[in-house]
Amino acid sequence: MTAILEKPPVTPAPVKEPRDWRGPALFALVAVIGLVVMPLVLEPFRLGLLAKYLTYAIVALGIGLAWGQGGMLTLGQGVFFGLGGYAMGMHLKLNDAGDGLPDFMVWSGVETLPALWEPFRNPVFAIAMVVVVPGAVAWLLGTLVFRQRVRGAYFAILTQALAAAMVILLVGQQGLTGGTNGLTNFFEFFGQDVAADSTQRGLYFTVAIVLGVLFLGAWQLQRSRFGRLLLAVRDGEDRVRFLGYNPATVKTITFTLSAVMAGIAGALFVPVVGIISPALLGVVPSLELVVAVAVGGRFALAGAVLGAVLMGYAKTYFSEELPDAWLYLQGALFILVIGLAPKGIIGFFRRKDVTA
Amino acid sequence: MEGILNQLPIGLSIGAVLLLIALGLTFTFGQMGVINMAHGEFIMAGAYTAYLLQDFAGRNAVLVALPVAFLVAGLMGLILERAAIRHFYGRPLDTLLLTWGVSLVLQQVARDLFGAPNVQVTSPTWLQGTLGPMPYNRLFILLLAVGSVVAIWVYMNRSAQGRRMQAVMQNRQLAATSGINTGRVDQRTFFIGSGLAGIAGVALTLIGPVGPTLGTYYIVDAFLVVVAGGLGQLRGAVIAALALGLLNSYAEFWTNASLAKVIVFVVIIAFLQFRPQGLFVLRSRALT
Repeated sequence: MTAILEKPPVTPAPVKEPRDWRGPALFALVAVIGLVVMPLVLEPFRLGLLAKYLTYAIVALGIGLAWGQGGMLTLGQGVFFGLGGYAMGMHLKLNDAGDGLPDFMVWSGVETLPALWEPFRNPVFAIAMVVVVPGAVAWLLGTLVFRQRVRGAYFAILTQALAAAMVILLVGQQGLTGGTNGLTNFFEFFGQDVAADSTQRGLYFTVAIVLGVLFLGAWQLQRSRFGRLLLAVRDGEDRVRFLGYNPATVKTITFTLSAVMAGIAGALFVPVVGIISPALLGVVPSLELVVAVAVGGRFALAGAVLGAVLMGYAKTYFSEELPDAWLYLQGALFILVIGLAPKGIIGFFRRKDVTA
Repeated sequence: MEGILNQLPIGLSIGAVLLLIALGLTFTFGQMGVINMAHGEFIMAGAYTAYLLQDFAGRNAVLVALPVAFLVAGLMGLILERAAIRHFYGRPLDTLLLTWGVSLVLQQVARDLFGAPNVQVTSPTWLQGTLGPMPYNRLFILLLAVGSVVAIWVYMNRSAQGRRMQAVMQNRQLAATSGINTGRVDQRTFFIGSGLAGIAGVALTLIGPVGPTLGTYYIVDAFLVVVAGGLGQLRGAVIAALALGLLNSYAEFWTNASLAKVIVFVVIIAFLQFRPQGLFVLRSRALT
């Protein structure tokens, strides 16, 4: 209590702060590098890898919003990533199969198209589901959990259990989901050859632009009244409740937004990488992304994006060069970052307290 | 009908293993606010202890392994607590990520030491019969869990150390001002909790192979037991573990393995609507 008395809350800013242009300038610089420099200097294979990391960055952005800003440690973003990915994958599979059945169904002895698959023929429906399904699942889970004031570690454990259950479900329903192999072998993406360099280049731009737009959206959200409220919920949920707000609503909305982002990322991941499978969305990949966010800097949205791209590169590099050492390195990185630099890489660059 | 009866020993023994695992988690979580993801690797350490002891003890390795695994896993826990976790008390989310890093490293160590493929521990001949529908090995696991719970109960309620542990769990500051060395109590709790995971590992060698990722299969369910049972609650953990074990095996029996986990998850969420803090709650006026 005394701490509060000694240290009065920061006085509200005087009428108008001078606008800080460093953030927007940095964003513009990164946008130019991402949209102009990278496509010019990187060969197609490397550009494809970058596109993959950028899809992870979209998930990380959602984690940054939910965890960094809202204090909700979600260990199940892979679930939403997967829901989006499978929705897109189902459409691509049906599109490739034409009037027939997707190849893996034939191999598993399925004779008629399951009713669940039928509507995914329609591209508009499939794209709508990319957003609606992850959003609905997150909204339902969030409502049920946050309403009962289940929070902190309990929430983390529940989301992790959801990820574990999702993987087992997908693996078990071989005929419906392709089992362990997931959905792969795509040929056509909205009329284009999915493997062609031009398609992949177009996909890279799509991913980069989607990431940029979502980042700006999340940034505006963070600056808004809602963003302030979200921070307040993170730092003192009960106090927010005493002030007459409902923290459950704030948290549910944020969690749903982060799930929608993960769903969009999953849908973009499928044509970029050419596969969606249970191994890409279980407990471990979900946690890896959380760690990437921690490495980049969880309290700043830019940190989340930076962390996802860096960790993506690190993983590819080390699994190519030193496959045996990667797990040791990854483990050691975590211990060091959480232990010594809880604010992540961004924490080194920002003088003012980024948690505030 | 026979199928229903056959599922009972499976459910009970899985529940017993979950209980042994969850006891350590619930006490470290309840007392220190620590979520130890490396707990699963203590299970693995216990199982590999039994595997290594086969060379010396032959078929009775399991019996010799029980105390040894308790010590091995307990010491690993103690080292982890001293070296890293104690700096993060009261920050459950950070300990979760930190210990996950530790767990990755330990899994890779196991892979380098014992190889990636699973290994098998031969169970003693005297565990190979059945008693009605109950195979002896599953009965043994059940008895192991019962014995451990009784021992923990006696420790917590009848020994001075155990009462100090309860005091720290209920109110750390008050316990500290009453002259209890809370750091020492934390170490003991961590040692015992990790040791129990080692025993769970030995128990698992009786019903399946041992591999570097053995712990990861059980850790998520064990955490669900903690959530459903209530933090630091012995009674809660016992009931929740058995219920979860039975629910799991019957859900698998009536639907199929892939739906069972989803059903368990839905049931837990539904349960939390009535008991958001688990079966039993340590009442407190503290606000977060």
